[in-house]
Amino acid sequence: MMVTGVTKRISAIKFAMLSPEEVRKMSATKIITADTYDDDGFPIDMGLMDPHLGVIEPGLRCKTCGKKVDECPGHFGHIDLAMPVIHVGYVKEIKKLLQSTCRSCGRLLLTGEQADEYSKERDRMEELTGDSLESSSISAESAKDASSRTSCPHCGAVQLKITLDKPTTFREEGHKLTPKEVRERLERVPDGDLVVLGIDPTVCRPEWMVLTALPVPPVTVRPSITLESGDRSEDDVTHKLVDVLRINQRLRENRDAGAPQLIVEDLWELLQYHVTTYFDNQTSGIPPARHRSGRPLKTLVQRLKGKEGRFRSNLSGKRVNFSARTVISPDPMLSINEVGVPITAARELTVPIRVTERNLALAKEMCARGPTPPGPGYKPGVNYAIRTDGRRIKITDKNAETVAESVEPGYVVERHLVDGDIVLFNRQPSLHRMSIMAHEVRVMPYKTFRFNLCVCPPYNADFDGDEMNLHALQSEEARAEAKVLMRVQEHILSPRFGGPVIGAIHDHITGSFILTHKDSSFSREETMKMLEKVGDLKLPPPSVKTRRAERWSGKQLFSMILPKDLHITFKSSICQKCSMCKKEKCENDAFVVIRNGELLSGTIDEKALGAFKGRILDKLARDYGPDTSRAFIDRATKLAVGAITIRGFTTGIDDEDIPSQARREIEDAMTQAKLKVEEHITAYRNGELEQMPGRSLEETLEVEIMKVLGKARDTAGQIAGRHLGLENSAVIMAKCGARGSMLNLSQMAGAIGQQAVRGERLSRGYWNRTLPHFEQGDLGSEARGFIKNSYKSGLTPTEYFFHSMGGREGLVDTAVRTSRSGYMQRRLINALEDLKVMQDGTVRNTADAIIQFTYGEDRIDPARSVQGDAVDVDDVLLTVLGDKGELIAKIQEKGVVSYGIQDRDIFETPEDAETEEESDFEFGGEEG
Amino acid sequence: MAGKSTVDVFTRKGVDEKVAKLLVENGYTYTKVARANEKTLRKIERILGERKLKQVLNAIRTKERAPKKKKAKPLKKPKLTKKELPSKIEPPTPIEKKMTKILEKSGRSLPKSVLKDLAARLEGTNIQDKLLKEILGLATERFENHVIDPNESVGIIAAQSIGEPGTQMTMRTFHYAGVAEMNVTLGLPRLIEIVDARRVPSTPIMEIHLGEGVRNDLDAVRTIASDIERTMVIDIADVETDISSMEVLVKLDKRKMERKGLTPEQVLKRLGKAKGLKGLVDMREEDIVVRCDEPSYKKLLRLSEDTKSTPIKGIDGIHRAVIRKVGGSYVVYTEGSNLEKVLEMKDVDKTRTTTNSIMEIHEVLGIEAARNSIINEASKTLEEQGLTVDIRHIMLVSDLMTNDGDVKAIGRHGISGRKSSVLARAAFEITSAHLLRAGMTGETDSLEGVVENIIVGQPVTVGTGAVNLVWSPQKKEGDAK
Repeated sequence: MMVTGVTKRISAIKFAMLSPEEVRKMSATKIITADTYDDDGFPIDMGLMDPHLGVIEPGLRCKTCGKKVDECPGHFGHIDLAMPVIHVGYVKEIKKLLQSTCRSCGRLLLTGEQADEYSKERDRMEELTGDSLESSSISAESAKDASSRTSCPHCGAVQLKITLDKPTTFREEGHKLTPKEVRERLERVPDGDLVVLGIDPTVCRPEWMVLTALPVPPVTVRPSITLESGDRSEDDVTHKLVDVLRINQRLRENRDAGAPQLIVEDLWELLQYHVTTYFDNQTSGIPPARHRSGRPLKTLVQRLKGKEGRFRSNLSGKRVNFSARTVISPDPMLSINEVGVPITAARELTVPIRVTERNLALAKEMCARGPTPPGPGYKPGVNYAIRTDGRRIKITDKNAETVAESVEPGYVVERHLVDGDIVLFNRQPSLHRMSIMAHEVRVMPYKTFRFNLCVCPPYNADFDGDEMNLHALQSEEARAEAKVLMRVQEHILSPRFGGPVIGAIHDHITGSFILTHKDSSFSREETMKMLEKVGDLKLPPPSVKTRRAERWSGKQLFSMILPKDLHITFKSSICQKCSMCKKEKCENDAFVVIRNGELLSGTIDEKALGAFKGRILDKLARDYGPDTSRAFIDRATKLAVGAITIRGFTTGIDDEDIPSQARREIEDAMTQAKLKVEEHITAYRNGELEQMPGRSLEETLEVEIMKVLGKARDTAGQIAGRHLGLENSAVIMAKCGARGSMLNLSQMAGAIGQQAVRGERLSRGYWNRTLPHFEQGDLGSEARGFIKNSYKSGLTPTEYFFHSMGGREGLVDTAVRTSRSGYMQRRLINALEDLKVMQDGTVRNTADAIIQFTYGEDRIDPARSVQGDAVDVDDVLLTVLGDKGELIAKIQEKGVVSYGIQDRDIFETPEDAETEEESDFEFGGEEG
Repeated sequence: MAGKSTVDVFTRKGVDEKVAKLLVENGYTYTKVARANEKTLRKIERILGERKLKQVLNAIRTKERAPKKKKAKPLKKPKLTKKELPSKIEPPTPIEKKMTKILEKSGRSLPKSVLKDLAARLEGTNIQDKLLKEILGLATERFENHVIDPNESVGIIAAQSIGEPGTQMTMRTFHYAGVAEMNVTLGLPRLIEIVDARRVPSTPIMEIHLGEGVRNDLDAVRTIASDIERTMVIDIADVETDISSMEVLVKLDKRKMERKGLTPEQVLKRLGKAKGLKGLVDMREEDIVVRCDEPSYKKLLRLSEDTKSTPIKGIDGIHRAVIRKVGGSYVVYTEGSNLEKVLEMKDVDKTRTTTNSIMEIHEVLGIEAARNSIINEASKTLEEQGLTVDIRHIMLVSDLMTNDGDVKAIGRHGISGRKSSVLARAAFEITSAHLLRAGMTGETDSLEGVVENIIVGQPVTVGTGAVNLVWSPQKKEGDAK
């Protein structure tokens, strides 16, 4: 019986060197003429475009295998070199070989015992580590040892010193060795001695490093392009091969005609140059071969190397079909695991459906609709049908009906995307696995991809013109895997720190704040409007019921979407961090208590719902599973959007208005700071400044001034802050963690403060001054980049300039950082990619070396951990002992960790780290 | 007669003494013979005859010189008294023991950290056994739910988790937390430095804790700090160059000397021993004079520079020592690092003193210490930036870097350059060199890693690619294979 389902695998790839015989044997034809096409445009036989080498023009057949364009893989040809030529890639090896073997007998310059010892050591090393670098270092050592000898231990011949004139000329005590001589010497090295030098004689003879026959790659590797004008443009490799052939021809003719030695040698060297650049056109020491236009040719090594080379851009990453890319835009009405796909894209992206008896009717129906089914409403059509014999038929509006009729079980029809199809969605840079997640399709009008805002953080997306990619999956395995492992809800918890990365941002946080803060309540109409979108919910009795009106509290409404058995206690982000926590009686309503899915007290804000910090999300995702959390996030989104829509929310320049009294106070503070700075400067000038230990006088002064100015900025902020209360929209946003910080606000309303470059006050520009507006050597606050104005009051021209200096540094910093961190991550991934947890819990690499005996010392998956801990101990105790028990009280008293409100702020300084570069507030280069 | 030593050189190589003498008398020294070209060799042949020449050459050209007698230094036996062995593992408390027992009975286990957390909370509450059992039951259940799946590609997750926040880090150097006077590389550059396994960090820093007796005594700490800090002549004296009398004048500053605890005699002694100043130093009244023995201004200038930079006391590599009060006792922070020498000092608390130079820790304390140091430094760097990364990721990177007893860098000179797969190495960096080498040595790529399989276009060997699902639809019960 046939065993199905077992996939074939390549078990290994062995590398070896081509011998001249092999080159000739695998060659389809010998190439002798440098011309490619004759006057009629037909390829010349035994030329570089010989039809034996494969086909590149459609319609023609290969003369070697008889196949057509995409079927014939191409065939190698060969050039017989008139004189041997050294292979550039192996010059170092050749040098090593020449130096470490006898010039007359070819044996290795080591005694038998020494050689044995080295071989033994090598074998041992290979057995122990399997590390290629280790064993190669031993062979290098043995070669070095051998080359330090001055006479052969076998035949006694005295050895001469061999040097390498880069790139390819060998000299023996000044006397030039021709490649022919080199080859003769290498031929004499016996197989046994090669092993010691790290060469496997079964796959490589050293004389093959000196080429006598050059393989010519098939035309499929170097296709010529026909330009619009009808001219042919040849590939760089073809150009190079033409050069090789031409010189080879001339060399042969001259040599056969008995030309003077000098001319033959010159031509030989020229041939060497061409063969060298044919392999590597960036060989140091020789000028690169150039195209007629002056552009250096891209030859073999250049094709493979680097980011745009074959390895990194074609083998490690491949281009794919069934993908789409367009601008993204937000849609809070979508679930977090959905993506809105424009109709035009949905009609291009297809999913192959295997036709069976059961779906035959459906398949026929879809087929009959053709590629552009008529409206109204979106109905999936079919772009291609694949017959049982594997032929692919393009369906057009004309042939749709006929093809539909021919559809039978065994056909595969490529159907347009429909709602519910699973696709991959991605935004570059793909820095972590949450950068590619699986979404369910929702086909929608218009031309952008749309998704829920809660999914912005993992993609790091915003809607200022970002584009994203979408891939339609093509096999059942892929779809199954995507559905189980890659769906958005499976990624709510990040493996980086074991907390949520998907959660409310910006307006959603503001919305939930408005909904739940203190005693906010809503009329029946408002409540209905909010809940309308949220869906199937049972409305609790109103919290306030008077004769005239019924009102529902925001906390009540929020509780509706919580699971009924949820217990959680934490402090929300509006918490003032008072020294004595009043807990439930907090006047800021910052102590969140949820019991049995009822929000008893506290405000729902960033600490509850926010991406990265949301404690409710954290708990739900870990203990209730991905689907519950997905439903919760969806509903919370809609509720928050509803709340903010009803109340209305805006921020504008008047949010930074402060009374003129305060303005004057700030001005006073600024003047005072300025005077104080001047005091310090005078003290410094008079030598009265007391030096700080380990600092120079100048540094001490700078530190003092920075201190004064920093304080001045803070004072200004505080003065401004006194007049900015929670009725202020900007303050609400800052306090509840939606956007911005109090620092940003104080810079807008109070003063911007000191600008810094490289962590110091501005000092460079003109001779001893920053701008010609100041005196030389002026150390005062204004001359060194202190901005006493606020963003609102407006900057003076010099201040504006200084602000731009700070801003520019920020930009440069970002640019440098992205490239540096990108490279670091590439290196990290390359070093760690092969590690995996084995069945026995160990972490091993491909060499089966154990890296860790137990992963992470406790086998815990960071994505499932409780912010890094294996088990949430407090939660376990709470669950078992109950909320009110005597024991709990006892444990609570001990206060090991403030019980139940285990409150680790995992993002101590979120504003500095999370605010994006676009935000203008960041430019200040603030130094706290 | 040509010196006996010239003959000796030959005889030591095993050349017959008579022959050697003959050679020496004809004006051939050892090196001349050893480096002789054909022409000279023929000349020697005329003197000695073919047979003897061969003997001589054989003797000379065998590389094996009489092996240098290496005096095997007897290893210093580490003198460790029991008191000095620090023990980080505390003995289990009664409640911990009780919990371990319960767990053993049920045949399950919990990590030590969880047990500790539980114990800390339950200590002294006289909890009933039944409840304790219930608690442990729930804890183990949760623990088992949180265990990682086999075949998970933990490496890639770790790399992404460390790399991704890299874009959010700063590039600037900052002042050291606590010690405002010192600059420390932080943020991305520091992280790159750690991952690169650099020999010397760009800002080496030590944190020297002191022994019980001295750590609260400011004066004692000051003397220790001044013993640690490298003091040069220029730090304690004004150095003047007197062109007219060709002298370098060292005018000692009494106040500074006192602060460093130095006497003029000590300075004189030190200077007298310094390289290039031997025999030129003298005392004249209060000052020290360095005479110039040649009438050359160039020399004088060099003398002056040499004098200025002559170290008087302190430890190599440590430029500055700063004293800070941390949690009630004084701690010395230094710019520059030399763990070995500092640990040798008397009043230093050897269990808590650290440096941020990972390589130094590796050399002095060994690979396990280096491994911990990488973890500490990396998590400190990330934490300081306000980024949370699970310690397990950092641990994995650190374990990989220190896996074979040596600190290896992440990158082409370290881990990536040592991969067993040719294709993986070629895909990373220096593509052509790896491919050419592979052809020569006949390497076999067994396609066990990730990139190799991507390159050849088959499922990778981690995650779902590591397992194969076989299903034979027609297979019925009782069917033979």
